[in-house]
Amino acid sequence: MAISAKKSMTGDIVRGAILASLTKMDPRIMIKNPVMFVVEIGFVITLVLTFFPDVFGGKYGPNEWIFNLIVTVVLFITVVFGNFAEAIAEGRGKAQAEALRKTKTDLTAQRSKTDGTYEIVAASMLKKGDIVRVEALQMIPVDGEVLQGLGSVDESAITGESAPVIRGAGGDFSSVTGGTKLLSDELIIKATVDPGESFLDKMIGLVEGASRQKTPNELALSVLLAGLTMIFLIVVITLEPLAHYVNGSIDVATLIALLVCLIPTTIGALLSAIGIAGMDRVIRFNVIAKSGKAVEAAGDVNTLILDKTGTITIGNRLASEFVPVGKHQREELVEVAVMSSLFDETPEGRSIITLGKELGVTKERESYHDAENIEFSADTRMSGMDLADGTVYRKGAVDAIKKFVNSRGGQIYPDLDEKTDRIAREGGTPLAVVKSSELFGLIYLKDIVKPGMRERFDELRKMGIKTVMCTGDNPLTAATIALEAGVDNFIAEAKPEDKMRLIKEEQALGKLVAMSGDGTNDAPALAQADVGLAMNTGTAAAKEAGNMVDLDSDPTKLIEVVSIGKQLLITRGAITTFSIANDVAKYFAIIPAMFASVVPELRALNIMFLTNSKSAILSALIFNALIIPFLIPLAMRGVKYRPMSATSLLMRNIFIYGFGGVITPFVGIKVIDIIITWLGVAHL
Amino acid sequence: MTNLWRSIRVTLVMAVLLGLVYPLFILLIGNLAFPFQAAGSMIKFQGHVVGSELIAQQVNTSGLFHPRPSAVQYAGNGSGGSNLGPTNPALIQEIRNNERALNVLPGTKLSSIPTDMVESSASGLDPDISIADAMLQVPRIAQTTGLSQSVLGSLVRRYETGRFLGIWGEPMVNVMTLNVAIKELMKK
Amino acid sequence: MTLAGTIGILATIVIILLLSIPMGKYLYHVFSGDSTRMDHVFHPVENGLYRLMGINASSQMDWKAYIKSMLLVNLVMLLFAYLIFRLQGSLPLNPDGIKSMPWDLAFNTAVSFITNTNWQNYAGEQSLSYLSQMLGITFLQFTSAATGFVAAIAFLRALVNNKSRWIGNFWVDFIKIHTRVLLPLATILAIVFVGLGLPETLAGAAKVHTLSGLLQTISRGPVASLEAIKQLGTNGGGFFNANSAHPFEDPSALTSVLEIIAMALIPTALITTFGMFIKNRRQALILYVFLTGVLLVGTFVIYSSEASGNPMVSHALGIYGPNMEGKEMRFGPALSSLFTGATTAFTTGAVNTMHDSLTPLGGLIPMLFMMFNVIFGGKGVGLLNILMYLIIAVFLSGLMVGRTPEIFGKKIEAREIKLATLALLVHPFIILVPTAIALITKAGTSPILNPGLHGISEVLYAFTSAAANNGSAFAGLNGNTIFYNLMLGVVMLIGRYVSIIAMFAMAGSLAQKSIIPESVGTLRTDTWSFGGVFLAVVVIVGALTFFPALSVGPIAEYFHMWIG
Repeated sequence: MAISAKKSMTGDIVRGAILASLTKMDPRIMIKNPVMFVVEIGFVITLVLTFFPDVFGGKYGPNEWIFNLIVTVVLFITVVFGNFAEAIAEGRGKAQAEALRKTKTDLTAQRSKTDGTYEIVAASMLKKGDIVRVEALQMIPVDGEVLQGLGSVDESAITGESAPVIRGAGGDFSSVTGGTKLLSDELIIKATVDPGESFLDKMIGLVEGASRQKTPNELALSVLLAGLTMIFLIVVITLEPLAHYVNGSIDVATLIALLVCLIPTTIGALLSAIGIAGMDRVIRFNVIAKSGKAVEAAGDVNTLILDKTGTITIGNRLASEFVPVGKHQREELVEVAVMSSLFDETPEGRSIITLGKELGVTKERESYHDAENIEFSADTRMSGMDLADGTVYRKGAVDAIKKFVNSRGGQIYPDLDEKTDRIAREGGTPLAVVKSSELFGLIYLKDIVKPGMRERFDELRKMGIKTVMCTGDNPLTAATIALEAGVDNFIAEAKPEDKMRLIKEEQALGKLVAMSGDGTNDAPALAQADVGLAMNTGTAAAKEAGNMVDLDSDPTKLIEVVSIGKQLLITRGAITTFSIANDVAKYFAIIPAMFASVVPELRALNIMFLTNSKSAILSALIFNALIIPFLIPLAMRGVKYRPMSATSLLMRNIFIYGFGGVITPFVGIKVIDIIITWLGVAHL
Repeated sequence: MTNLWRSIRVTLVMAVLLGLVYPLFILLIGNLAFPFQAAGSMIKFQGHVVGSELIAQQVNTSGLFHPRPSAVQYAGNGSGGSNLGPTNPALIQEIRNNERALNVLPGTKLSSIPTDMVESSASGLDPDISIADAMLQVPRIAQTTGLSQSVLGSLVRRYETGRFLGIWGEPMVNVMTLNVAIKELMKK
Repeated sequence: MTLAGTIGILATIVIILLLSIPMGKYLYHVFSGDSTRMDHVFHPVENGLYRLMGINASSQMDWKAYIKSMLLVNLVMLLFAYLIFRLQGSLPLNPDGIKSMPWDLAFNTAVSFITNTNWQNYAGEQSLSYLSQMLGITFLQFTSAATGFVAAIAFLRALVNNKSRWIGNFWVDFIKIHTRVLLPLATILAIVFVGLGLPETLAGAAKVHTLSGLLQTISRGPVASLEAIKQLGTNGGGFFNANSAHPFEDPSALTSVLEIIAMALIPTALITTFGMFIKNRRQALILYVFLTGVLLVGTFVIYSSEASGNPMVSHALGIYGPNMEGKEMRFGPALSSLFTGATTAFTTGAVNTMHDSLTPLGGLIPMLFMMFNVIFGGKGVGLLNILMYLIIAVFLSGLMVGRTPEIFGKKIEAREIKLATLALLVHPFIILVPTAIALITKAGTSPILNPGLHGISEVLYAFTSAAANNGSAFAGLNGNTIFYNLMLGVVMLIGRYVSIIAMFAMAGSLAQKSIIPESVGTLRTDTWSFGGVFLAVVVIVGALTFFPALSVGPIAEYFHMWIG
């Protein structure tokens, strides 16, 4: 995503939007927005009345067509403003999509044939399961898993992040995205998607808003707005008989003007723009939400489950000390520890090697090429290596190692527990180290809480969101970190099933749960959670399971997404309230004007002292049109969300948008009345 | 069908219970405990029922207190008000007619006439009048009957009912009670 | 306005509120399934009734089964009453020889009473036999109140259900409200009423020679038994044409106060019951305060307007004083105003003053109360309307605080909003559209009594009253024409059943939702600020919907009366 596309309004976008706001007047498109559709119908009727003022009967003065013409023009402008708001919101997405699409059409791929040779094909021909080869400085043609090789990839086209990332076969860093660029080495990739389903395709669809569906709350609001429109339609249609009874009549253009003023055009015009702009804000945070529903759900989240490692803490627990137990010396321990980590590619493992090196212990991998690497698994919670001669090296969670030692008939030294507790109490992670059945001691891994985390959790608490930290650490360690970071709760010694169980438990209580994850074993939990934010660096399975993908792979982004979700609702609520509150002033402008000749008593309601009936009606109508572009920036930016109690937030917004919504039009209509009187329009 | 049949059974049983048993039970207890009220508070004068204490009746002599104006000519079997709206010219006309029919002493200030004296009651059968209304009628009745104004005035005072507990209703006097009392006095 | 009158109004409201709390608790215990001390008295009676009616008291219903039973039994009762009215001329207990009703009036009357409206296009003393008053009117005054009440109870059950579709058994609720609430209360009140002067007799009209030597026919009948349930059931249909203005229906200030208390008792108590169901007394308190506030403000607007009288009369005739046209001496302006406010707030529709003769503002308030239809509201359905407005208020407020709106822990989604909007929409629709039709047709305009703007008010009031199932009237309008009998009948039916069905459908979907636990981010509905938002939604939606019609009716008349 080109950085320049992130600017909010460029000349191109505005020009495109103006054009689009006219093409969107097609009734087949307009009918999707019942409120604005009513305005458009009103426009057509007044247009007819401009040329044939007596088409609905009645007697009209010679200048009646001028009034009708002005009403027609204002209605036209109202519709255009509404469409313009939507088009502007879509415009930015369109520009981004254009850039992305360009990337996509240029792609070619070297596809493997059955005989093992490669053929050049267009990337769009690639199917799931195809094997492609990518050489250095070529674009990766398709989303896939790396089968062979290791290379650095520039993913800035997708993430905007210029630092290259390492992608390689096996493990959690094997997934690559089409449209990114391989900078070095060579990769053999197996395509994991069919044409049209790639990440790039999804992103294009998303930013363009093509696959935009109304979110649940938006749908509910649309229903309410349509209902209000119906009510006002009834109100206005039944006015003519009232006037008729007292031997008067109200002309159709005035009735239409009143109707348009009363129906919630402001929110009707801005509703879809608010939604599009909200999604766009999510994208600008470099988060790809697979649906608007997910963003809205984020606003409702009650419980946030975060992994400790990499999210709350810096992630790389680093070895800082070797603590021997029993009769063992530190040198022995260092040697065993380094051996157990020899093939360990995790940051912890590497930090052990590094610390060992500093203490003078260096081992070469090549000398143990016949050894078997034992990878860490969540079940055994140990890793290490088995030598061909039967010697086993293990390091891992203390209780797991204890069990391991016990099963092999080894001895547990009495000072082990005490030393383990000390490390845990200090917030560190103890790893026990064992060679065959002999326990040598502990590696002290230090965990550092990221700066600013505590403040963020405080903020979440104010929003009413509980944070739960998930960690494989023992309860003591977990408690120390939890305290330091300020989370509400934690699960220690967590296995993937625990995360799943926690989500289900919370959901059974009726809560909405959000979590972030990257590993394949997170996938079920990501799918189960109401909001699952997968890291872009994570596995394809994780990305598939979550309903959002964070391109920056920053799990704390969930907090921003929550804010945006809330902001989306607040903006809709605020503008709806504003829109309805506006009606009060419009009544005071139009009702006395409308009945001026029939029920002169009602002149007492002209509390704004508007010049005359025509100026009053036009002022209200013009105000109604102008308020739309005035509010476009608010719709695009969103009402600012501040974490505070729901009641204070409600009062604040009611005061600004409800009370303000009552007052503003009184001022606005009066000012417009003065202007059009000065222009002489009132006395046409 | 079961539901329909059940609905019919419910309707019949409830109709008997609520539409017959209940009112007849009230009828029984009411007549045992309060026979006078249950029959409509009928007042006897010289052995004949002359009306209900609670129902205003037309008075066409100037020797008795007149009840409030009635839009239904005091039809005991056809209650109702004038239903004239506040800005209806017919209302002004009606009040003007009522005022003219008052037959108060010449020289009585219009502003001393209470609105309840010239405006029709809601039921057309309002049995009570305000004290001001009664007092304005005293001179006329004195003139016709020969009873002294002070006797009549004290009669009004005696039968005046104040507000219930001092807060509910208005001070007033029952016309039937007053007129029966006048009749009694006249008999002497 | 007098000090005594003001204190009288306030004292009555205080008594109502004090009584509503124990009453509400009692209702909760009866309908929440708790066992009560009185069980050993009521159980045998109820079991006997269940057997007689073939009811299996232990079965549970979902919303569809519940409302099917409700609608069916209402239909049967409607037909039953229709037949009684049509045949009364040939049935017993007709000492005054009253004829059978014509079909259109019988339809209107049966609909009016089954819907708890009690709109009367007839004069009771001239058009109904004693049998009709008992077996038609009194009977339906019980059952229509019971129907509205159980609807509210079922909705409350749905609201507190956690993922369960069962909302009780209609028949059991329907019988229990009679045996444990309505019948005992009505019996006590009716006997008190007889003691205070309401007749209860099967003897025909008394023909008397008056003191002036004229003949007077005085209608009477089984009045007290009808009057008690008329008020307790927020029905309002009087025995006589003048309704509670008739001295036989409401002979003193004391009976008037008792009647006001009786009509207010259960609608106000239901707020307490509601608070107990949702286990949130504060919520009930907030509703009490705001609803009572509106009731008081409205009542005092009526009172001050009536007490300051009619300037046109003063101007033309030089007579000054409160507006007493269409009022009874024993009530005076204060109790008349309170009764007017209460009867429209509690959707009773009984009147002790002729609303058509109220001053413009005095007539505006009752119309507004019926248009809002939530100032406590009628038996049961008032609470349903309150809940509907709460849901809309919660929806808007929920958006404003950035959360999917939830009410008492249940999410408000598109389906709920759809149903609430339907319930919201139907009210203005059935008020404004028929009013418009009536005003442009000869059939609609010729029965209007008062000329000019007040004529609009008469028609608007009629359809507002029918739509709100209130029953009070600007009685100058002669509604006994085929046009009005049918139009008003249809409006009453729609006004009653469409919103009940919509709210039941909502109950069905709410019942099955799980209850979300409260957090800091949850918008609390039991705060003063939310109470204010709720009220603002009611007033603004109500005002925006009806302002144009009201401005051509009472508002314009107000300016006309004062400015000329």
